[in-house]
Amino acid sequence: MRIFTRVKEGLAKTRKALTEQFNRLITGKKIDDEVLERLEEILIMADVGVKATDELIRQLSKMVGKNEIKDSEQLKECLKQEVLKFLKVEAPPFDTSKARPFVIMVVGVNGTGKTTAIGKMAKWFKDQGKQSILAAADTFRAAAIEQLEIWGKRAGVVDVIKSQPGADPSAVAFDAVSTAKARGIDIVIIDTAGRLHTKVNLMEELKKTKRVIGKVMPGAPHEILLVLDATTGQNAIAQTKMFNEALGVTGLILTKLDGTAKGGIVIGICHEFNIPIRFLGVGEKITDLRLFDAEEFAEALF
Amino acid sequence: MFESLSEKLNNIFRKLKGRGKLNEENIKDALKEIKFALLEADVNYKVVKDFLESVREKALGQEVMRSLTPAQQVIKIVHEEMVALMGGKCSEINLKGPIPVPIMLVGLQGSGKTTTCAKLARFLKNKKHRKPYLVPADIYRPAAIDQLKKLGDQIGVDVYLPTPNEDPLEICENAMKKAKMNGYDTLVIDTAGRLHINEKMMNELEIIKQRVRPREILLVADAMTGQDAVNIAKTFNEKLDIDGVILTKTEGDARGGAALSIKAVTKKPIKFIGVGEKIDALELFHPERMASRILGMGDILSFIEKAQEAIDKERAKELEKKLRRSEFTLEDFREQLRQIRKMGPLEEILSMIPGFGQLKQFKHLKIDEKELIRIEAAINSMTRQERLHPEIINGSRRKRIARGSGVSVQEINRLLKNYAQAKKMIKRLTKAGKAGRPFNIGGFFS
Repeated sequence: MRIFTRVKEGLAKTRKALTEQFNRLITGKKIDDEVLERLEEILIMADVGVKATDELIRQLSKMVGKNEIKDSEQLKECLKQEVLKFLKVEAPPFDTSKARPFVIMVVGVNGTGKTTAIGKMAKWFKDQGKQSILAAADTFRAAAIEQLEIWGKRAGVVDVIKSQPGADPSAVAFDAVSTAKARGIDIVIIDTAGRLHTKVNLMEELKKTKRVIGKVMPGAPHEILLVLDATTGQNAIAQTKMFNEALGVTGLILTKLDGTAKGGIVIGICHEFNIPIRFLGVGEKITDLRLFDAEEFAEALF
Repeated sequence: MFESLSEKLNNIFRKLKGRGKLNEENIKDALKEIKFALLEADVNYKVVKDFLESVREKALGQEVMRSLTPAQQVIKIVHEEMVALMGGKCSEINLKGPIPVPIMLVGLQGSGKTTTCAKLARFLKNKKHRKPYLVPADIYRPAAIDQLKKLGDQIGVDVYLPTPNEDPLEICENAMKKAKMNGYDTLVIDTAGRLHINEKMMNELEIIKQRVRPREILLVADAMTGQDAVNIAKTFNEKLDIDGVILTKTEGDARGGAALSIKAVTKKPIKFIGVGEKIDALELFHPERMASRILGMGDILSFIEKAQEAIDKERAKELEKKLRRSEFTLEDFREQLRQIRKMGPLEEILSMIPGFGQLKQFKHLKIDEKELIRIEAAINSMTRQERLHPEIINGSRRKRIARGSGVSVQEINRLLKNYAQAKKMIKRLTKAGKAGRPFNIGGFFS
């Protein structure tokens, strides 16, 4: 139950904004076109996006037409159910015990919070009694290696595998997975340099890192997690598309949910790409990472 | 960055074309389409509403000029409104006042403050001939100070090195003192990323503001920001009364509606845009150009400016003469390659050319900068004789060049073939130019 309340805490701003608007705009009113238009505004402002908003509204107005929705309480409930349908993705569960080491590659554009999310994940695994090592494969950004090392220390990980700035990131990943294999470590988390999804050569570099990991350990990486910033708007769709095409993303981490950003964009993304959300970043502390639960998320949203 | 939006608007107006006169009805359709395009571009819902209202008012009140089609008329109005919304003129950074002049960068986590600080310091040093001093006041993010130090080293700008027990305010004050003593004239202060709703952290900035009195407080905002851009910008502005905005990561494909939203709620100018990961990738923000880009008119002004900066005029004149005489050798070709590479990433340069975004065959064109390096390597491995008279390059010479430059013989073959074609084309173009026929860039690509 504790986790439940913490997610709600992290999403408090989101929830507050949405429900307040909801109540102000919709409560007690008959459900007509005007109310649906207001609902459109609420969803767009939550970054749900034009396309997903359109789909949601269409579903709901169909129900209104069939007299299945009569008042605002029902409208709210139905919206929640529809959002839940979007968020529930058929995907294998996040199970790190199916391989040893279980290799996780973390990717994303610049500034979404990859390194921080990795520090939090390492701590999360540690609390579950699992050992992890980190690979500092962001050899491009100044001081990225140092940043990961500090997070590693805070999380109490076994080791941070690193190389020189400017070195080949694939080599670092290779070393990390080999080391974990030799030492029998549970989990390897690979930090990669932030890159805009439009940079073709940098995306090729990621593909290479993935290939190299697969050579050291067939079947690895077992998870490729794309980190999305909740503040990001519609561009998150393009990011997911390009990273998914290049690497086959297996899960999302949604960060920075402790601000006023709603992160509504993930509703459409889960639906369109059939990729589950794995973790939520809900604050700046090392423990501010939550395993994603669709019911909980939808509950917290509305 | 704005290409996708301009494509959309072009489509809308293509529909509008040939429909005769502009009236309530077709304006309504166009406005609806513009609304969706702007929302998809992440312009804030409320900003879109206001924007459309003013466009509608202008459009209905105006008579369609004889020289324009109704579609052009609407484009013109949308363009003008967009320029007006984004602040009209290009707005420079203010460096007036007693030395050292402090400039402070603020923003959310991950918006790109530290990188932008270094870019700004480089800009001040190279373009404004200042002696900047970088001040790392981010004591929270692991290795943030380290990062700024490394970037400072890269651009040859000194960085204040705080002791571990200095707090952000002390760092700024001590850096000010040190700057005064050592003759630095501008301070660029990097602050920690913070959420606009984190009161404790926002208060920290307020105190620094009171004590250090920055000449400019610039909000660093990510071009990919969604609807929340409005809340972020509004809160930072209310707390700190910012002087301007730096929009980062504009080299991606984000449509950048945040630019419109931020300007609309803060009324503060966007002063710079970040256009790449390299340390020189910072440009002045030109509302006029940006609006032109939004509407698919290309950004020819930026293009020309870049070209002027990078290309040596003397050499360009010489080359032009050679072109006229059809003496374009591989030596010249290599010179051209070098000049182009100085201008920056090719993709970015191409995106500035009007109409380029609309050319279907180039929509998914990706340019590998490394290819240029390989070509140059191949040319470098030729003798001067070979560069001046490529026709003498026979089989054994090709093998030698391939070995020398590490590229394959096939690539050498392709290079020579392309060169021959380019030469032929230049011949044709220069002839056309002499005959006084206009140079048609559209025909060049089709």
